[in-house]
Amino acid sequence: MKQEILNTFTIVNELGLHARAASKLVQLAEKFQSEIKFLKGESEVDAKSILGLLTLACMKGTQIQVKAIGRDAESAIEQIGRLIGDKFGEGR
Amino acid sequence: MPGENKILYGIGVSPGFAIGRACLVNKKKVKAQKHIFLQKEDISKEVERFKKAVLMAVNDLEQVKTLIPEKYREQSHIVDAYILLAKDIMIYDTTCSKIMDENINAEWALLKCIEDIREMFANIDDDYLKSRIHDVKYVSEHIMNNLTGKEEQSLEKLNGRYIIVADDLSPIDTARLHVGETMAFITSLGGKTSHTAIVARAFEIPAIVGLENVIQEINDNELLILDGATGMVIVDPDSDTLQKYYEQQERFEAYSARIVRESHLPAETTDHYRINVMANVELLEEVVSVIDRGAEGIGLYRTEFLYMNNKELPSEDELYSDYREIAEIIYPKINTIRTLDIGGDKFAAHLFPDTETNPAMGLRAIRFCLRERGIFKTQLRAILRASSICKNINLMFPMISGVNEIRQAKSVLEEVKNDLRQENQPFDEDMKIGLLIEVPSAMVIADLLAREVDFFSIGTNDLIQYSLAIDRVNKNVAHLYDPLHPAVLRMIRQIVDAGHNQGIPVTICGEMAGEPMYVPILLGLGLDGLSMNPFSVPRVKKIIRQISMAQAKLFLDDISLLSTASDVNKYLLENVVPLFPDDFPTYKVSSILD
Repeated sequence: MKQEILNTFTIVNELGLHARAASKLVQLAEKFQSEIKFLKGESEVDAKSILGLLTLACMKGTQIQVKAIGRDAESAIEQIGRLIGDKFGEGR
Repeated sequence: MPGENKILYGIGVSPGFAIGRACLVNKKKVKAQKHIFLQKEDISKEVERFKKAVLMAVNDLEQVKTLIPEKYREQSHIVDAYILLAKDIMIYDTTCSKIMDENINAEWALLKCIEDIREMFANIDDDYLKSRIHDVKYVSEHIMNNLTGKEEQSLEKLNGRYIIVADDLSPIDTARLHVGETMAFITSLGGKTSHTAIVARAFEIPAIVGLENVIQEINDNELLILDGATGMVIVDPDSDTLQKYYEQQERFEAYSARIVRESHLPAETTDHYRINVMANVELLEEVVSVIDRGAEGIGLYRTEFLYMNNKELPSEDELYSDYREIAEIIYPKINTIRTLDIGGDKFAAHLFPDTETNPAMGLRAIRFCLRERGIFKTQLRAILRASSICKNINLMFPMISGVNEIRQAKSVLEEVKNDLRQENQPFDEDMKIGLLIEVPSAMVIADLLAREVDFFSIGTNDLIQYSLAIDRVNKNVAHLYDPLHPAVLRMIRQIVDAGHNQGIPVTICGEMAGEPMYVPILLGLGLDGLSMNPFSVPRVKKIIRQISMAQAKLFLDDISLLSTASDVNKYLLENVVPLFPDDFPTYKVSSILD
C-alpha cells in the first residue's frame, strides 16, 4: 500500500547537517523503496542525494520537513526521525 | 633545455632530501575538454560510457578504503562521503539527462553539471559547507579522468622513485602515497599545519607545501632536487649541482644515521652542565619517533589537532584517552600539555561566526578558553584525569598577558579539580602548572608572573612576531622576522633571570630552540630546557655535547655587545660554525648567508 507521510524534525546536533551526518542520512534513506524528500523553506531535495542535503544548509536548530512516499514510508520517517534525534550518533 | 637549475621555494613541512623525477598528478589544467554534439544514434552509447566512468570511480574509492592503514581508519568516513558523491543523482542523473536532452558528449555534460553545483555551493553562507565543493571537484575530476581515458594515475602503484607534484593532496591521496612509498611530494596548496603536512611528518616523507603554481612550474618527468627542511626545489639541475646534492644527500644520511645512533647520550656540555632537550609534538603517532630521536620529554604538546581534525568538538573521553596514551608512551619522561591555542573560528566556525580582522591579536588561546568555559573545562578535566595515571603531565597556559589572566585560568583549574574530587575522580595533585611567555607584556612583568606558576616556557615564534610587530605570513615584512634581533636576546635573558630569581625553570619552545647554530647562545643564556621539532633533537644534542658552558658564556658576552641581527649572524658564522665542521656542512652555511 502506497502511503504519503510528512513529519517535521529539528536538527539538534551541534554541527548541523555536515558531511558525516549527511552521509549517514543518505545511507539510511537508500535502504527504503520510498521516495524521500527533505523540505526547508522553498527548497526541496532528495534525501538519497548527499549533495542535495549539503546544499540545503541545515544548521543546529533548523526545522525541516521530511516527506516519504511509498510502501515503507512510515518506517522511513520513523527511522530518519530517530537518526536526527539521536544526533547522528555523535553523542552530543 | 637541460641543466636549467631553476630554484623554487615553498614551505618545507617534513625534512629530508629527495632527488628524483617529477610525477604530476591532477593534470587538469593540461587537458581541455572537447565539446561535441552527438548524433542521435550515439547518445545511448555515450550515456553508457558515462555510467561506466562513474562505476570505475566508485570501485577505485572502495579499493582506497581498504588501503587506509588501521590507525587512520577513523578517516574512512571521508571515503564513504566521496563514494556517495560519485553516485549522487545530482551528478549521475543530471549528467545523463544533459547528454540525452542536449545531445552533448559526457565530458561536456559533466562539466556543465558541476558548474551548476558549484553555483549552488557558492550561495551557501556556512564556510564549512561551502568548502565541500572541493570534495565535489575531487570526485568529478576522478570521473572525468576515467572518461577521457587518461591512464589512471594510481598513486599506490607508483614505485618509490618519484616525487609527486600536485595541486593539492586529499587525506585519501596521502594514505595512498604512504602505501606506494613515494620519495617525496610537493603541493601548491596547504600550510605547515595542514593535515597533509602533519601526515607527511608522521610518515617521514620529505614534503613541501604552499609552492604556488607548482603544476605550471614543473613538468612531468623533470628531474628535481627537493629539500623538505628548507622548502627548496631545484628543477632540472645541471650535472655539477646534481653531483653536489648526491654527495650532500649521502652525507646527510650518514650524518643522520650517526646522530640518531648517538641521540640517546645525554645533552651534557663538556663541563658537565645538563640541559633538557625535548620535542614539540602534535600527534599521538609522533611520540614514538620522539623517543627514538632521544628527546628527554615533550616540552610542548599542541592540543589543537583533535579540535581541528573533526568538525565536532572532541568529547572529554576522547581527549582523555589521547592524553593518557601519550603520557603512558613517554613515561617516565614528562609531557607538557598546552591548553587550546586557537580561536573558535578555526574549528567551530558555525558556533563562533565572528570574523576578526586581526586574529593573531583576537579572541584566541586563553582568552577564548576563559570566555568559553565549557570547552575549557572539558579539556582541563581530560588533562587532570590523564595526569593521575603516570603523574608525568605538566600543564601550561598559552598567551598569558597579565597576572589577572593566569589567576583566572588557575581558578578555573581549581574549580575543575574540586568537581573531580567530589566525583572521586583521581588526578595528580602535584601536577606542575606553567605559562607560555609569548606576549611582550608578559615578558615585561615576568618577575610578577613567576610568583604564580611552577615554570615558564618561552614561545619565541609569537614573542618575536608580537614584539617586532611582524606578521610572518606577510611577504612584505617576513624577512624582518629575526630571532637574532638583539631585542629578542635581551627579552629571553630577562625572562630567564626573572624565572630563576623566583626559583622556577625556564625553557624555550619556539623554532629558535631547534636551530643548531643558536645552541651556544641559548646555553649561555642559562635556559633549563629547549623544546623543538623532533627532527632537530639529535643534532642539537650533539652540539651541546661538543661545547662547554664556559665557552658558551664567552660567546654570549661577545654577542651581547653587538647591535644588529646581521652582526650576530656573522659572529656565529665566523666563530661558532667553524667549531663544528661535521654539523654545519657547507650548504647549510650558504643557505644562512643568503
